[in-house]
Amino acid sequence: MALGILARKIGMTQLFVDDRAVGATVMETQPCTVVQVKTLETDGYNALQLGYQEVAERKVTHPLQGHYKKAGVPSHRHLFEVRVDDPSAYKVGDKIGVEIFSEGAKIDVTGISRGLGFQGVVKRWNFAGGPKSHGSHFHRRPGSVGNCVEPGRVVKGKKLPGHTGNHRVTIKKVRVLRVDPERNLLVFKGSTPGPRGSVLQLRKSDG
Amino acid sequence: MDDILKAVEKEYLKEREEFSPGDIVRVHERVSEGSKERIQIFEGIVLKRSGAGTREMVTVRKVSSGIGVEKTYPVHSPKIEAIELVRSHRTRQAKPYFLRRLRRIR
Repeated sequence: MALGILARKIGMTQLFVDDRAVGATVMETQPCTVVQVKTLETDGYNALQLGYQEVAERKVTHPLQGHYKKAGVPSHRHLFEVRVDDPSAYKVGDKIGVEIFSEGAKIDVTGISRGLGFQGVVKRWNFAGGPKSHGSHFHRRPGSVGNCVEPGRVVKGKKLPGHTGNHRVTIKKVRVLRVDPERNLLVFKGSTPGPRGSVLQLRKSDG
Repeated sequence: MDDILKAVEKEYLKEREEFSPGDIVRVHERVSEGSKERIQIFEGIVLKRSGAGTREMVTVRKVSSGIGVEKTYPVHSPKIEAIELVRSHRTRQAKPYFLRRLRRIR
């Protein structure tokens, strides 16, 4: 199903594919270690728990130290889970790297978007805003937020100013342009959430 | 991190003759008309090179039937067969834009 790995965003560049220049994102990774195999019988669903980026044992919390010790694998900075159809094909300690992706395949990319702080309605929800001049005093305001006595409140989900960004974003069906298992690099078309250096999840797309 | 980016870009870079602003070059561009492909040559003086790596662009200017024409090409595009150096000139400017306002050139 959705086998995947974690990887670090290196940055974007422009590459020539079929004589056309396309914007591409370059990701660097290390093979992820299987820390736990979850099966339908024991956990209620089939999944792999993967660790990314080995770190010294003292860098992880005590409960996690125990978890890694039980699995008999080194400590990792990041832990995450991917659903798989057949967990019996994997065992604890296995390494999963970029070679699971093939060039031309579609992947889903998940990451945390850049935090933008408290933003108004123009940036946050792409409201048009009002005229900048010609005597207008209505520049970037949200405008009316509801009716009068009926319903007498602001409807839930109304688009208003507030904290923007720093949330989980998934970009689906991104085309893989290059896979380099030797250097642990992966290049795909288009952009991703988050700044350079952030850790993103790469998963095979469904279907 | 930039080293990794450069290493990835390197595989997409074409080997090009060395040329700099002020030089006269001949750009061989593959153009497809319908199903046919041919090479179109644009000869002119290099006004500038901008950008780096795979994104590098070159602006070439020539005067065609009395009208100045400038074309900007991606230096490393696979559609550019070759960039041939015709004549090298010494320029005092890094970007010889003054050529645009010269009354007579070539």
